[in-house]
Amino acid sequence: MPDDTTVIESTVLTTGLSRKPEVGAGRDQPDTPETADPVFSLQDLSFHYGSYRALRNVTMDIWPREITALIGPSGCGKSTLLRCFNRMNDLIPGTRLEGRITFHGEDLYHPKVDPIEVRRRIGMVFQKPNPFPKSIYDNVAFGPKVNGFPRSELKDLVEESLQRAALWDEVKDKLKQNAFSLSGGQQQRLCIARAIAVKPSVILMDEPCSALDPIATIRIEELLSELKNTYTIIVVTHNMQQAARVSDRTAFMTAEVDDKGVRCGVLVEYDRTDRIFTTPRDKRTDDYITGRFG
Amino acid sequence: MTATALHPQGPAPPPAPPTLKASRPRLADKSFRMITLACGLAVLAILALIAVFTTNKAMPALRSEGLGFLTSRNWNPSPASGHAHFGGLAFIYGTLGISFIALAISVPVSLGLALFLSEVAPRRLRLPVVYVIDLMAAIPSVVFGLWGILALQKPLGRFYGHVSDIFAGVPLLDRIFRGSSGRSFFTAGLIVAMMITPIITSLTREVFATVPSSQKEAALALGATRWEMMRTAILGYGRSGVVGAVMLGLGRAMGETIAVALVIGSVPSITLSLFHPGDAMAAVIANQFGESSGTFQAALIALGVVLFAITIVINMVARAFVTRAERALGQA
Repeated sequence: MPDDTTVIESTVLTTGLSRKPEVGAGRDQPDTPETADPVFSLQDLSFHYGSYRALRNVTMDIWPREITALIGPSGCGKSTLLRCFNRMNDLIPGTRLEGRITFHGEDLYHPKVDPIEVRRRIGMVFQKPNPFPKSIYDNVAFGPKVNGFPRSELKDLVEESLQRAALWDEVKDKLKQNAFSLSGGQQQRLCIARAIAVKPSVILMDEPCSALDPIATIRIEELLSELKNTYTIIVVTHNMQQAARVSDRTAFMTAEVDDKGVRCGVLVEYDRTDRIFTTPRDKRTDDYITGRFG
Repeated sequence: MTATALHPQGPAPPPAPPTLKASRPRLADKSFRMITLACGLAVLAILALIAVFTTNKAMPALRSEGLGFLTSRNWNPSPASGHAHFGGLAFIYGTLGISFIALAISVPVSLGLALFLSEVAPRRLRLPVVYVIDLMAAIPSVVFGLWGILALQKPLGRFYGHVSDIFAGVPLLDRIFRGSSGRSFFTAGLIVAMMITPIITSLTREVFATVPSSQKEAALALGATRWEMMRTAILGYGRSGVVGAVMLGLGRAMGETIAVALVIGSVPSITLSLFHPGDAMAAVIANQFGESSGTFQAALIALGVVLFAITIVINMVARAFVTRAERALGQA
C-alpha cells in the first residue's frame, strides 16, 4: 500500500518534530480540533484475552496535539485500551481485537501493518520507570540505533531528546553513568526522552506518575503540557486531579458487570476535560468524579 | 443487684502486663541453629581436610620438582636411565584447552537454546525440550566417554582428516586444524561440551526468566524487533548471570574426568592442533593412578591439587558474578 505509506509520512511530518510549536494556537476555541483529522479513530472496538472480553464497543477519536486522559476505576480496561494503540497487546498470546482502529486513516490492525513500525511511530512510557541497565546516553540512543538512525547524528539527537524531556541540565555531565543511579522521577523523564528519541508522533503513557513522589509528578505534568505542542499524548491515570490539570479531553471508563458476574470495560463518556469535570452527562461519571463511586 | 454491687471498687484495674522475657527457652530454634551451623562448618572442614591431605601427599613430587611442576612439560615417570621427571604443564594445557573448546561450542548453543526456550518456543514444545535437556544432564559421563570411543572416534577421525586437508597450506589455520586422530583435544572438547550444555542452558534459562517484562516491553515499545529485544533487554539485563552460568559450566568442564580420559588419547602434548591427541589433569590421574607409586603417585596427586585450586578459583569468580547479577536485578 504505497499510497497509504506516503500519507502517513506526510502526516508524521506535520504532526511530528518538524512542526514549530504554536503555543495555544486554537486550543482555547472548543471546536477547532474537530476540523483537523483525528490521529486515531476507534469504531466499536472490543478486546478479548482468550475467552474473556476486557473491552466492549469503544468508539472514540483522538485528536492531534492534545492530551487525552483515560480515567476510571481499576479493572475498567484503561491500560488494555492504551495498549491497543501501539499493538502492545499483540505480545500476549490469545488476545483478539474486534472492531476497527485507524491511525491517520490507516487500519492499525491490517495484516500487512508491521507492529514494529507501529511502535516506532507510537511511543510508550510505562507505569514504573524501566530504563535499561545501561548508561543514560545508551538508554536514549537505543531506540534510534535499532531504527537505523545515522550514528553521526546520534549525539545531537540524544541531547535534543534529553532537553525535550527536561532532563538535560541534570544529566549532561554524567551521560556515561548507569541510568539506575538516577532518582525515580529522573528515570521516568529518561524513559520519556528515550521514547521521544525515536521521533514518534504519539506518546502513550500508562500511569506515568503513579510510582513517583508529588514533586516529581508535578515536573512530569509540566513536561506533558510542554510536549503536547509537538506530540499527541494519551495518558492513563488513576488520579482525577491529574487528568483535570493536564488533559484537554477525558474519557471516563468503567467496568460493567453482566448478569453472570463477568466484568467488562466500557467507555462511559468522552468529552472535553472541563465538561467532564463540570457538567458530566452520565450519572456514573458524576459519581466517580465526585467520589461517590463505591 | 446493681452494677455497683458487682464492682464495689469501680472498674477493675487493667491486669499487670506480662513480662517480655521468654517464659521458656526456645529449644527448637537453638538446636536448629546449632545443626545448620555444624553442617556449614563441616563443609569448610572437609574442604580444608582435602586440601591439607592432598597437598601433604603431593609434597614429595612438589619438593623434587619445585616450580618446574607447573612450568615444565617433561613428564617422564619411568625413564630408561637417569631419574624421573614430573612436569605437569602439558596436562594443565590439555585441561584448559579442552575446557576452552568445550565452552566455545557449548556457550553459543546453550544461549541459543535458552533464548529459544524462554522467548521463542511455543509452550507445547517448551516442556519436552526442557525435559530432554535435563535428561542429557543425567547421562553418566562414562556413557558419554564410551559413546565417544565407540561411535564418534572413527567418523570424527575421518572428518578431521578432510578438514585438515582443506586448511593445508593456509598459514596458522593449517596448524590449528592439523591431525586426524579420532581421540584428540577436539573430540574431548566436543564430548565435554555435550555434558556442560544442559547445565549452562538451564542456568541461563533461569536468568532469562528473571528479566522483568517491563524491560522487554521497553525495548519492544521503541520499535525493537524480537531479536533486538532479546539482545538488549534479555542478554543485557542477564549478562552477569550468564557469565556466572558459563563459569559454573567451565568448572564442570575442567573437572570432567572419565569421559575425557577415554577420548583424549593420553599423549601429553602442547600443540595448537585441535585434532591431535593430548592429555589432561583429571584424565591422567584416572588413567595412571592405579599403576603408580612413590613420587609418581605424589606427582599425580599434585596434579589433583592444581586442578582443585584452579576450579576453586573459577567457582569463586563465578559466584562473584552471580552475586553481582542478583544485586543488579534487585536494583531494578
